[in-house]
Amino acid sequence: MLLSLRHVIRYRGLVASLVARELKARYRGSVLGFFWSFVNPLLLLLVYTFVFTVVLPGAHPTAIEPFALFMFCGILPWTWFSSSLLESTTVLITSGNLIRKVLFPAEVLPIVTVLAGAVHFCLGLPILAAFLVYYHVPVTFTDLLWFPLIVLIQLVLTVGLALLLSALTVHFRDVRDLLSNLLTLWFFGTPIIYALDQVPPRVRQILTLNPMTHLVVSYQDVLFTPGPFARWPALLAVGAGAIGVFLVGFFIFDRLRDTLAEEV
Amino acid sequence: MNAIEVRDVRKTYRRYGRRRQFATLKSALLSGGALRDLRPDETFDALKGVSFDVTAGKTFGIIGRNGSGKSSMLKLVAGIGRPTSGSLKVQGRVSALIELGAGFHPEISGRDNVFINGMMLGLTRREMSARFDQIVAFAELEDFIDAPVKTYSSGMYMRLGFAVAIHVDPDVLLVDEVLAVGDEAFTHKCLDKFAELRRRGRTVLLVTHSLDLVTRFCDEALWLDAGIVRMQGDPRRVIDAYLLDVAGAEGRALAAAAAKANAIQTASTATPVNEPPDMSKAVEGRWGSREVEITSVELLDRNREPARVFQSGDQVEVRLSVRARHPVSDLVFGVGIFNADGVCCYGTNTDIEGAASAATAGDGEVVFVMDRLDLVEGTYKVDVAAHRRSGAPYDYHRLQYTLRVTSSCKDTGIFRPPHRWVSSGGITIAPRPRS
Repeated sequence: MLLSLRHVIRYRGLVASLVARELKARYRGSVLGFFWSFVNPLLLLLVYTFVFTVVLPGAHPTAIEPFALFMFCGILPWTWFSSSLLESTTVLITSGNLIRKVLFPAEVLPIVTVLAGAVHFCLGLPILAAFLVYYHVPVTFTDLLWFPLIVLIQLVLTVGLALLLSALTVHFRDVRDLLSNLLTLWFFGTPIIYALDQVPPRVRQILTLNPMTHLVVSYQDVLFTPGPFARWPALLAVGAGAIGVFLVGFFIFDRLRDTLAEEV
Repeated sequence: MNAIEVRDVRKTYRRYGRRRQFATLKSALLSGGALRDLRPDETFDALKGVSFDVTAGKTFGIIGRNGSGKSSMLKLVAGIGRPTSGSLKVQGRVSALIELGAGFHPEISGRDNVFINGMMLGLTRREMSARFDQIVAFAELEDFIDAPVKTYSSGMYMRLGFAVAIHVDPDVLLVDEVLAVGDEAFTHKCLDKFAELRRRGRTVLLVTHSLDLVTRFCDEALWLDAGIVRMQGDPRRVIDAYLLDVAGAEGRALAAAAAKANAIQTASTATPVNEPPDMSKAVEGRWGSREVEITSVELLDRNREPARVFQSGDQVEVRLSVRARHPVSDLVFGVGIFNADGVCCYGTNTDIEGAASAATAGDGEVVFVMDRLDLVEGTYKVDVAAHRRSGAPYDYHRLQYTLRVTSSCKDTGIFRPPHRWVSSGGITIAPRPRS
C-alpha cells in the first residue's frame, strides 16, 4: 500500500495534466468556455437571493442576513463534495478501456475527478468573495487562515470516499443509484439550507455525527458568521477522521485493484 | 540475462453466469455477505501453468489460435492484472502496444493527448517535451497536431498512438497485433522502428497471427494452445509444427462439415429424378436419375488415407464408389475442381479424354489420381459426376466436397506450374539464408 501511495506521488504530473484536460474538455465547444465556472454559481446565488428576499422573506431566522449568501457558503463546498462522489462512481467504468489495455495507476482517475471538482469550487470562490464584500459581511482576517485547512480536510475526505466508491461500483453497479439517493438525504442532513442553531438539540446531536456538518459549519463560521472561529477542535477531529477515511478508501482500492481490469 | 521470466503462471478468469451479469450491492447484501458474492462461481482458466524466459535483447514471438491465451499472457507481462498463481518478473521499463491510443480524449488536441498519453506510459513532462517533435514527425501528423483528436481519421489516431508508445523508449516492448495500423509505408516504418529497437538491445515480445512476421523478426517463438505451452524454440520449427496442427484441425472441421452435408443429403434422397440441371448456377446439390449412383466420394492422400488438407504439389486421389442398377454402356465419369471464387480450376471427364466406359450391374470403384495437385493455397470444392455422353446425369454431385491446399510459399493465382529460377551473368538467385 505504501508502494502504491508512492506511485500516486510519482504520477502527480499526470494527475495535473489530466485535471487540466478534464477542465479543457468540459468547456470545449461551449461559447462561454471557462466562464461557465463563474456563471453557474453566480446564477445559483441570484436564484437563492430572489427566493429568500422576494418569495419567502420570512422563512429564515432574521439573525442571518443575507440568507442566500449564508446558504451559498454551504452549497459551494457541498456541490464539490456530491458531484465528485457521483462522478467518481462511473469514472473507472467510462475509462474501462484505459484500465484494461494500459498499465496505468487507476487510482489517478477518481483523484482527478475530485481535483477537477476542487478547481470548480475554487472558481466559485471569487463570486462568493465579491458578494461578501458587496454585503459588507464582516470577515475576520485570522479566521480566513483556517479556510485552506477546511478545504484540505474536505479534499482528503472526498478523495478517500471517491476511491472507495469508484472501486466498489466496478463490482456493484448499483452503488451509483444508492449513492444519488443517499446524497439527497445527506444534503438535508447537513446544515446548508438551515443553520445548525435552528435545529432542536436532540436532532443536533445526530447531525454532529455527520462529518459534512462540521465542514459546512466551519465554512459558514469562517466566511459568514462574525466572531472568532471557535470550532477548530471539532474541525481537527474531522480532519483526523478524514485521514482515516482516506487510508481505508485507498486500502480497499488497492485490494480491489487487480480485479478492476477484469470486471470493468 | 532474462528480461522476462515467467514461471508456472496460471490465470483464472471469472465467467459470468447468465443469471447474473453484474452483481448488485443489493443482491449481495440480501443473499448474505458481500464477500461471498465476490467469489467467482464459475471460472475459466486462460493460462494453465505457462513458463518461459525471454533473454534480454531478443525478439520473442507468441503464436497460437484465437483464445489460446496469447493476449492474456501479454497483459500479465504488461502488468495489467496479476497472475492467479505463479510468478512473473520483468526487468526495466515496459511499454505495451496493446490498444493504440487508449486513453486519448476526443475533445482535446493531439498535442495535449500526446503529452498525457506519454505520461500515462510513465514518462515525465520534460521527457515528453524532448520527444514531442519526433513523435509528431513519426506519426506524420504535423499539420493536424493541434486539432482535436475526434477529427482524426482512424488511421491518424492509430498512428499517433503507435508513435507515442514506441517513443517511450521501453526496455521491453510488448506488441499485440497492432501492425495493421497504416498504409504500406507506415507499416514499413513501424518494422524499421522494431528493427532499430532490436539493434539497440531492447527486448520485444510480439503476439501475432502473422506467422510471416514471426519468421522474419523473431529470435524465438512460443506456441500457446488452450493456455499451455505447446512448443518453444526456433521460430521456423515452431511455426511448422503449428501449421501442421492447424491443418489437422481444419481437416477435421472440413470432414465434419462434409459428414453433416452428406447426412442432409441422404435424409433427402427423394430428390426429383431428372431435375433439369442448371449448370450456369454454381449451387451445391446433387441430382440425376441414379441409374448409376455415386454412393460415396473420398479424397485420399499419397498414403491412401482419407484427408482434407493437402500440401500444394501433393498426390491426391478422388475415389468414387459406384453402384449401377443395371448394365450401362453410355457412361462418362467427370471431375471438376473449383476455387473459392467459383472459378473452375480444372475439369475433365472420361469422354473428353477419349475413353469409353461402361458398367455392369453392381458395385465398383473409380479413382481419379492426380499425381501432383499444383494449386496455390486455398480452399477448393470438387464436383464429381456420372452421366450420359449427352450430358444427361445419372448422378451429379455439385461442389459437395471440400479440400484445402496449404503451402509455405505465398504465391498467387490458381495454378502453380512446377518451376525453378535460373540465372546467369552477374545475377545470382539463391535461397535466402535463414535468419
